[in-house]
Amino acid sequence: MACRRYVTRSPLMIELVHIQRNFQVGDQTVHALDDVTLNIDAGDYVSIMGPSGSGKSTLLNLLGLLDRPSSGIYRLNGQDVTLLSDIRQAQVRNREIGFVFQMFHLVPRLTAAENVELPLLLAGLAPEQRRPRVARALDELHLSDRSHHKPEQLSGGQRQRVAIARAMITRPRVLLADEPTGNLDHQSGQDVIHILEELNERGITLIMVTHDQEIGRRARRQLHMMDGRITRGIE
Amino acid sequence: MALHGADVIRFSAGSLRGFPSRTVLMLVAMAIGVCAVVILTSLGEGARRYVTGEFASLGTHLIIVFPGRSETAGINPTTMMGETPRDLTLDDARSLLRNHSVRRIAPINVGSADVSWQGRSRDVVILGSSHDLLGLRHWEIGQGRFLPQADLDLAMPVAVIGSKIRNELFGANRALGKWLRIGDRRFRVIGIMGSEGRSIGVDIQETVIIPVASAQQMFNTASLFRILVEAKNRNAIETVKVFVIDTLQERHQGEKDVTVITQDAVLETFDRILGALTYAAGGIAAISLAVAGILIMNVMLVAVSQRTAEIGLLKALGASSGQILLLILTEAMMLSTLGAGAGLLLGQLGSLLVRQAYPVLPAYAPAWASAAALVVALVTGLLFSLVPARRAARLDPVLALSRR
Repeated sequence: MACRRYVTRSPLMIELVHIQRNFQVGDQTVHALDDVTLNIDAGDYVSIMGPSGSGKSTLLNLLGLLDRPSSGIYRLNGQDVTLLSDIRQAQVRNREIGFVFQMFHLVPRLTAAENVELPLLLAGLAPEQRRPRVARALDELHLSDRSHHKPEQLSGGQRQRVAIARAMITRPRVLLADEPTGNLDHQSGQDVIHILEELNERGITLIMVTHDQEIGRRARRQLHMMDGRITRGIE
Repeated sequence: MALHGADVIRFSAGSLRGFPSRTVLMLVAMAIGVCAVVILTSLGEGARRYVTGEFASLGTHLIIVFPGRSETAGINPTTMMGETPRDLTLDDARSLLRNHSVRRIAPINVGSADVSWQGRSRDVVILGSSHDLLGLRHWEIGQGRFLPQADLDLAMPVAVIGSKIRNELFGANRALGKWLRIGDRRFRVIGIMGSEGRSIGVDIQETVIIPVASAQQMFNTASLFRILVEAKNRNAIETVKVFVIDTLQERHQGEKDVTVITQDAVLETFDRILGALTYAAGGIAAISLAVAGILIMNVMLVAVSQRTAEIGLLKALGASSGQILLLILTEAMMLSTLGAGAGLLLGQLGSLLVRQAYPVLPAYAPAWASAAALVVALVTGLLFSLVPARRAARLDPVLALSRR
């Protein structure tokens, strides 16, 4: 029932209700996320900005199901994902969410194609089904001639494009990017941002953590965080 | 989300190739462990087979009679009074034939004497016996014939010599038919032992065999060193043993003054002792397998912490804890399997070298030891990689990915 209500109103993708995320540091409790309530529509383009330690990475990890809230509700597509089992959460990460990291996080011993293939492999897809999809994904990001290169043979921009191809290979609906340009020169960073924005235009929900004001301001919706709270950007 | 088996193996093989020094280290540890088990058990087994083989070469269904009785007590009145046991005589030997379960007997007399031919001489062990000794001990004659079938009391001047004696005394000359001097008597060479003759303590190639009565005359004694009795079959051994004891007791005025051992009993004892030794050696070697297992655990723990970022990434890409566990365990199992396989090969090679170096030692690793080594290697590999694998599966992806 709840699901239908959202669909009729607006395509609500992400719904955080009174999210609390506390860490115990010594005998002090740190509120990395302090009563965060946030709705994000499907297809939105959101940037999360704020000083380091403000909780933006924690928020992104939580959205990506890499972290569980201490309390509060997180609904993804109307489903409360905090209650899911480990295996179901892994499935959601695999199918619904794509990650792009500042450090690229490519497996160094695998080729570009094999890195892109990983999510499909983990999903248990047969090799013959995986190959054409990997080839298409690499082609879309103009990496076809790099598919058999190891990450160390690729430039930073190329590595991040491989990472984006990998994030998109399972056709997720949400793309989470954690400082995607943080380790790139200006030109490569611009290229990566354009790729991400193009994906967003094709319908993917793009959520990007950055402390680059210039990049952050390009987003339709800009969230500012401070001390675990969203200070600006809530409608 | 079930991973494809081939994918799991390819991925794990990839990560093993990705860290060659670590992989080689663990393979070597595992291989040494398995290799040690294989070689040590093959040595133990070789010793067991060697000894049982030696005993079997004494003859089959054999009962050996010694003069004198071995008592369990250290000192008894007989030893105090210095009384010597009654001798075993040729008549004693002959009396043992009077049982249908006895197939044949061979009295034995041993001494040493100077053997010479045309100026060459050497001191040689002289064995006095009878025609039946050849068959009883499963020896083979090389040239000529063995002692003739004749009455035990007949002191014929004939000798059968070992091939080494033949070579040393006669060199290139023909030995058959020649007259040898043994002590102060002359004997005609009627046969030369085949090269197979072997027995514990005595190299038959270095002895001269003459009729027992001749030996008794030469050494001026009426007593025998041993009487070998062969039972008709394995089941008859006990009957014959009792018969021998009873007969000799009766002949010796009721004194139990002989010792009778069955070769099967001796064989069984050695078999048991050496079998236990093999197990013990295998057990000791298995400790090195456990050490290899611990090494695998430690190195896998290091491997997991080296690869936290990768494991975190896999989780972010949708790997469940179960899948991570599977991947790490597969990696460890591939290591133990490869290591154990290499160890088996090395072990076989090692025991082959042992066999080449000591051809008398049949150092073959018993199948149970190889199988056990393999199983223990795999089980320790699995058990000891559970800890690192669980650690990997529980890894917090946030921490893993944020490490820069």
